[in-house]
Amino acid sequence: MTSISSVSAAYTGRDPDHRLYGPLPDVQGEAGYDGDHPARVGFFTDTSVCIGCKACEVACKEWNALPMDDSHGTRDVIGLSGMSYDNTGQLGANTWRHVAFIEQSRPVDLPTPTFGRPGDDRQDSGPSPADGPRDTQAAAQQSVLNAEALSEFDPQTGQSGTDKQIRWLMSSDVCKHCTHAGCLDVCPTGALFRTEFGTVVVQGDICNGCGYCVPSCPYGVINQRKGDGRVFKCTLCYDRLTDGLMPACATACPTQSIQFGNLDELQARADARLATLKRQGVETARLYGRDEDDGVGGAGAFFLLLDEPEVYGLPPDPIVTTRDLPAMWRSAAAAAAMIIGVALSAVLGSRRTR
Amino acid sequence: MVEEAQFTSYYGRPIIKPPVWKSPEVPLYLFLGGAAGSSAVLGALADVTGRPHLTRVARLTAGGSSIASVGFLIIDLGRPERFLHMLRVLKPTSPLSVGSYILAPFSAAAGATAAVELLGWFPRLKRFGGAVAAVFGGPLATYTAVLLSNTAVPSWHAFHGKMPFVFGGSAMAAGGGLCLAFTPLAESAPAHKMAIIGAGIELAALRGIERNDSIVAEPYHRGRAGKLMQAAKACTASGLGLAVLVGRTRPGAVVSGVLLAAGSLLTRFGVFEAGVASAEDPKYTVVPQRERLAARQAGDRVASNGHASTITR
Repeated sequence: MTSISSVSAAYTGRDPDHRLYGPLPDVQGEAGYDGDHPARVGFFTDTSVCIGCKACEVACKEWNALPMDDSHGTRDVIGLSGMSYDNTGQLGANTWRHVAFIEQSRPVDLPTPTFGRPGDDRQDSGPSPADGPRDTQAAAQQSVLNAEALSEFDPQTGQSGTDKQIRWLMSSDVCKHCTHAGCLDVCPTGALFRTEFGTVVVQGDICNGCGYCVPSCPYGVINQRKGDGRVFKCTLCYDRLTDGLMPACATACPTQSIQFGNLDELQARADARLATLKRQGVETARLYGRDEDDGVGGAGAFFLLLDEPEVYGLPPDPIVTTRDLPAMWRSAAAAAAMIIGVALSAVLGSRRTR
Repeated sequence: MVEEAQFTSYYGRPIIKPPVWKSPEVPLYLFLGGAAGSSAVLGALADVTGRPHLTRVARLTAGGSSIASVGFLIIDLGRPERFLHMLRVLKPTSPLSVGSYILAPFSAAAGATAAVELLGWFPRLKRFGGAVAAVFGGPLATYTAVLLSNTAVPSWHAFHGKMPFVFGGSAMAAGGGLCLAFTPLAESAPAHKMAIIGAGIELAALRGIERNDSIVAEPYHRGRAGKLMQAAKACTASGLGLAVLVGRTRPGAVVSGVLLAAGSLLTRFGVFEAGVASAEDPKYTVVPQRERLAARQAGDRVASNGHASTITR
């Protein structure tokens, strides 16, 4: 029933109710659910406490009985990516949680070799109880370690008087369950639908494998399963939700990096967590997918990142493709009218020779 | 040529998933749909103005192309036996759903009209079927541009305003060209005109895309897609020149008509391959989005449709 009313938005381009783009306070209501539907749920993935254990990946594969695949999504193949500790590679039809692994290095001036706990070497990180002894320790190290010795010791890290400081970024990626989901908008069969929890799910008995959702996802989440033909992606464990259980990945996460709950509560928790990190001097921390004014109307699964989104393989400014659909339909209508006009003038402008 | 852009990515991996649509099935579908749509319009108009030979050729082109295009579309599905699921719902937000409701009546009408044309039955029904096909012909030729543009594929989406005119012009060049090649000279003048105007529009609209200084125009010049686009332009331009010069002679009509159809076919392959190439390289996803963000942060008023093409680099 409600799909009828969205006709006007797609054809006219006037979208006062944010049916195609912009914040949408009640996604389930917009999708046609009654007022007493459950609250919208989602994931808050706090990558600052992710340890890259991949328990979420394993739990997801186990619960959803997903086939094995390699880092390029090739089914029933096992293999190492050869690029990092990440041998999962990407999200796809057979991988609904993917832990990205990034090793970053930056040059630091010697002699300041980093010892002790992570963060102790960071400037302005507040007073540390180890301050006193550490100074003497550093002084002692300076006396025996110098740049020359270190560069002889390890030619890979020692380069003309500088050493490298290493950090690891780990982030468990997942379907964003967008407020305005491109996959859902373009699905011609109705196989993709909005659940009563505000999530986006594929109905396997409806999907005919047209593949339109695959390039329409601005995050590259959904994909076609080879040998099956249909598309698959994270369901936010729709089956578990209907039985009052948490999704498998959030249940398995040992560090509460993956937090499941009502979206408004998660958003409040994420805002508080970001404020805490900023106060502690983690200037690079930012929320991704939290902003309801972004290109997809805010994500149901959003993240706290420690670097730019593209470092993790996420698009920096994703926009749901159907935002521009009214303009596209207008162009197509103009071009169709052009064909009629050209054909008419060609026929009427030609004299018959017989 | 623009210099190589600086950008960050996750081990050079693509951000969006490249289309899983099969080639040559989908580019062939785009070509056949265009040729069918424009020749159906031409056929109906030729019918009411009393040009039986042109009518017959146009109806057979429209019917044959549309039936073949339906075949290619079904083969492309991951679950071909479920093709009727396309007609479960009507979703204006899905160009493929809208397109199914254009293609289904069109191919039924055009196919039936071509069949009775061959068999020589029911002359009145033929005219009605031809008219129905003509109504859906224009939309069939241009909706496929929306189909491609309404994705996250950078080199398709960024040109969503121009793509329908590329496809519309290309459809007229193909439909007009095929009708020109197979119709006796006495009646082929309308096809001749439509083919020339269509090829001109196709080349002009393509130029608008290729000459764009945004980074997302780059895939149209590089690699396989670049070669296909070069070949497409060579075929269409030479077909256009020959049609103007010798299109009113029988051999000239055949050669120029076939060249224009080949140019249209190569255009569809080129556009398809350029889109796939832009999806496979994270550069084309990250750089325009970074530019968009930078422009927004600089307080620039980004145009309401906010595309990379409107942002200076």
